[in-house]
Amino acid sequence: MSGAREKRDPLARKRLRHVPPGARSRAMHALSARAAQGRLVMQACSDCDKVTYPPRDACPACWGELGWREQPAGAQVLCETTVRVSTDPYFRDHMPWRMGKVQMDAGPVALVHLHAALHPGDRAHVRAMVDRGGNAALFAIPEGAIDLMSDPQWREFVVPVAGRIALVSDARNAIGRAVVRELQTAGAELVVAGLPGPALASDAYDAVYALDRVQTIALDVTDPVSVAEAASRIGGPLDIVVNTARHVRTGGMSAGNALVEQRRALEVSAMGLSRLAATFAPILAGRPNGAFVDVLSSAALAGDAGNAGFAAAEAARLSLLQAFRHEMRGTGVRVLSVFTGPVDDSDHQHAPPPKVPPVRIAGAIAEALANGREETCVGDVAADAMMRWLADPSLYVREKNL
Amino acid sequence: MTRRQAPYDGVVVCAPVTVPYRRFSAEPAHWWAGRALRQLRDEAGLTPADIDGFCFASFSSGPDTAVGLTQHLGLCPRWLDHIPTGGASGVMALRRAARAVQCGDAELVVCLAADTNQIDSFRHSLSGFSRFSQDAVYPYGFGGPNATFALITDAYMREYGVTRAEFGKLCVAQRANAGSNPVALQRKPLSMEAYMAARPIADPVHLFDCVMPCAGAEAFIVTTPERAEQLKLPMAQVLATIERHNAFAEDPVQLRGGWVLDIDQLWEAARITPTDVDTLQVYDDYPVIVAMQIEDLGFCPKGEVARFIRETDFTIEGNLPLNTNGGQLSAGQAGAAGGFQNMTEGLRQILHRPLGAQVPQAKIAAVSGFGLVNFDRGVCTGAALLEALP
Repeated sequence: MSGAREKRDPLARKRLRHVPPGARSRAMHALSARAAQGRLVMQACSDCDKVTYPPRDACPACWGELGWREQPAGAQVLCETTVRVSTDPYFRDHMPWRMGKVQMDAGPVALVHLHAALHPGDRAHVRAMVDRGGNAALFAIPEGAIDLMSDPQWREFVVPVAGRIALVSDARNAIGRAVVRELQTAGAELVVAGLPGPALASDAYDAVYALDRVQTIALDVTDPVSVAEAASRIGGPLDIVVNTARHVRTGGMSAGNALVEQRRALEVSAMGLSRLAATFAPILAGRPNGAFVDVLSSAALAGDAGNAGFAAAEAARLSLLQAFRHEMRGTGVRVLSVFTGPVDDSDHQHAPPPKVPPVRIAGAIAEALANGREETCVGDVAADAMMRWLADPSLYVREKNL
Repeated sequence: MTRRQAPYDGVVVCAPVTVPYRRFSAEPAHWWAGRALRQLRDEAGLTPADIDGFCFASFSSGPDTAVGLTQHLGLCPRWLDHIPTGGASGVMALRRAARAVQCGDAELVVCLAADTNQIDSFRHSLSGFSRFSQDAVYPYGFGGPNATFALITDAYMREYGVTRAEFGKLCVAQRANAGSNPVALQRKPLSMEAYMAARPIADPVHLFDCVMPCAGAEAFIVTTPERAEQLKLPMAQVLATIERHNAFAEDPVQLRGGWVLDIDQLWEAARITPTDVDTLQVYDDYPVIVAMQIEDLGFCPKGEVARFIRETDFTIEGNLPLNTNGGQLSAGQAGAAGGFQNMTEGLRQILHRPLGAQVPQAKIAAVSGFGLVNFDRGVCTGAALLEALP
C-alpha cells in the first residue's frame, strides 16, 4: 500500500455510537431470525388462518397454534408522524425520525419506519430490515424504483459502499478479485486488496490491482504479525472488511496427508477470521456504518465425508461468525454471512456443475451490504443446502453423506 | 346476553385527597402512598384499624404490589386489590370497591394511587412498559406515548376534520381552570397564540398537547352511608359505571374507545342524560383523547366534536366545566395517580370541597378513564356517574 493517507487526531473526542433499544420477546426474535434472511414473515394461525402482528403466543381469534408464514409486502399508509423528541440515546442522535402506521395487505396493521416520500393514503412496500441493534424492523418504502440511499433513515439499516473504505482479506483468489472489482465499481473511495504471499511478479501488472482507487497490501490471515502490520499500514478509517480467505481441499478423515490440510483449513477459515475480527473490530466500531462480511461455504452446515477438513473448518468459521455477530451488536457493526456452494474457480476443477461464478458472489456481497442482510445464500447449491438444513438438520447430514 | 347492572345501593364514595404533585421526587411511591393515607388521617380521622379494604394502583412501587404496601403501611384489610390499568384505574378501583362494600366483603375501602418520578425514571418505565411496545413500537423512533398518540391524532384530524385550534381550545380552557388550583404544576395562563406556536414534539402533537410526568398521589374512600356519616364525611352515590377492555380490536386506528359499547347502558342505568352533568372529568393524556371521550360518552354525536368544542365553554364558569383542576395537561401526570385525579376532582366538585374554584351548584359529575397503551392504542376504558348526597 503506497501513498500517505491523512491521519486523524488520536486525542480528538470520539463520537459514541448507540444502538436502538434491544429487548424483544422470544416470538419477536423468531421474526428477527427470518428478517435476517431477508424474509418478510408474520404469524398465521394453523386453525383459523388469521394473520397476526405484533408476534403473539396464541391466535387472538381462536387461541390456535401460530406458525411463521411469508406475507405479501403490499400496504397502505394510514397515518404518519415525525418524532422530534426521544429519551433513547440512539434515536436522539437521529432526530427527527419519520414513522407511521400501515395497513398490511396481509391483514394486520403495523408501525413502520416511514420513507420520506410516503404519506397517508399512499401505497407502500414493506421490507423486513434488521436494525443496528440486530433486531427486525419493518420499513415502508414507496412502490416502484426509487433512490433509497438518499433517505438518511434507510442508510441506518444498510451498509453504503460509495465513498467508503473497504478491505478484501484475500484478493488473490478468484472470489477476492471479483469482490475488489465489485466494490470499486460500486464507488468505494478506496479498496484495499490483501495479497497473501508469496508476492508474484505479475501482481504489478494485474488489471484488478491496477484499478483506480484500489491499493494492494501484503496480508496473510494465518500470520498474526501480517494482520497487525496490515492494520497499521491502513492506519486510517476502515468501513468494511470482506473476508474472502479460504482453503479448499477435498479428502476424508483417513486420506493420506489429511491432518496437514485440516490444520491449514482451520488456520485460514477459523483462526484467520478470529485474527481479522480481533484486529479490525475496534476500527469498524468507530465508523457510522461499519460492516464485516464473511464469505463461507454451505459445507459449514453439516459434516462432509468427501471434504472433511474443509467442512469442519467452515463449520468452525460459522460458529465464530455467529459469536462475532453477537459481540458486535452493541456497537452497531453489522456482521454479514454470504454462503456459497462450489465456486467456478481453480479450487473446484474436480467438481461438477452447478458452480457459482466468483462475480456472482461479489454481486451477492454488494446486495447483502445494500440491504443490510445478515444471511445470504448465493447460488442454487447453497440455497438448497440452507433450506434443507433449516427444515431438518439430521436428515440433511444423512443425505449429504449418502 | 347482557345482564342489567345492579344499582349501587348502600355504597357511597367520599374523602377525595390529593397529595400535591412535584415534578421530580427522590421519594419512592411508598412515601407518596403514605402521604395520601396521612392526609386521610388528618381530614377524615382515619386510623389503620378503620381500613378493611385496600385497592392500590402504581407503576413505580416495584418490586412491591398492594401486598407489600399492606405491611409497609400497617394495613390489615380483609379485601385487597391491585389495579394495573393506569388511566382507567380510578374508575375501576371505584367499581371494585363499591361491589366489595355493597356485598359486605369490606366496610371501608381506601382506593389509592401513588407514583414517584425520579430523574430519568420516565425513560426506564417507558422501556419496560409492555411486550408489544418493546417489540413493535419503541424500535420505531422511541417517541414514547407522544408518537403513539401523534399517529392517533393525525388519523383523527383527517377523519373528522378536527384542527389544532379545537385541541387548543381544550388545552387553553384546562389551563384557565388550573389557574385557581394552588397545587397544579402549570398555572401560567396559556394563550391560543402560545398554544399554536409551541414546538412540535411528534407531529401533529405539539408541546402543550403533552402532559408533564410528575410524582403524586390521589386517594378516596368507598364505604357505606352509615360509616361515612359516623366519620362526618360528605358523600356521593354511584349512579352507574361501565368498563371495557380491548374494544374494537379490528379498527385499524383508534378513532373510538370502548365507552361506545356500553354508553347507552350507563346513561340508562343512571336515569340521567349528558345534559344533567354539571362537570366532566375525563382522562386527558392528549387532547385527542379528551375529544374522543366527549363524543364517545355521548356529549355530542361522533364526528361533530369540532363544532361542539367551538360552541362550548369548558372553563369552570362555562356550560360544560371540564377537568376543573386543570387536568393532567396542567396539573401534571403522576403515573397511575393520573388515572385517579378525574375521580378525586369530580368528587370534590360535587361535594363542594374544591382545590380551587367551585363549579356553581355542581351536583352530578361524569368521570371517565382511559388507560394503558399496549401496542398502538389505549386498551382500558371506563366511566362513572356520581351524584352528591344531601
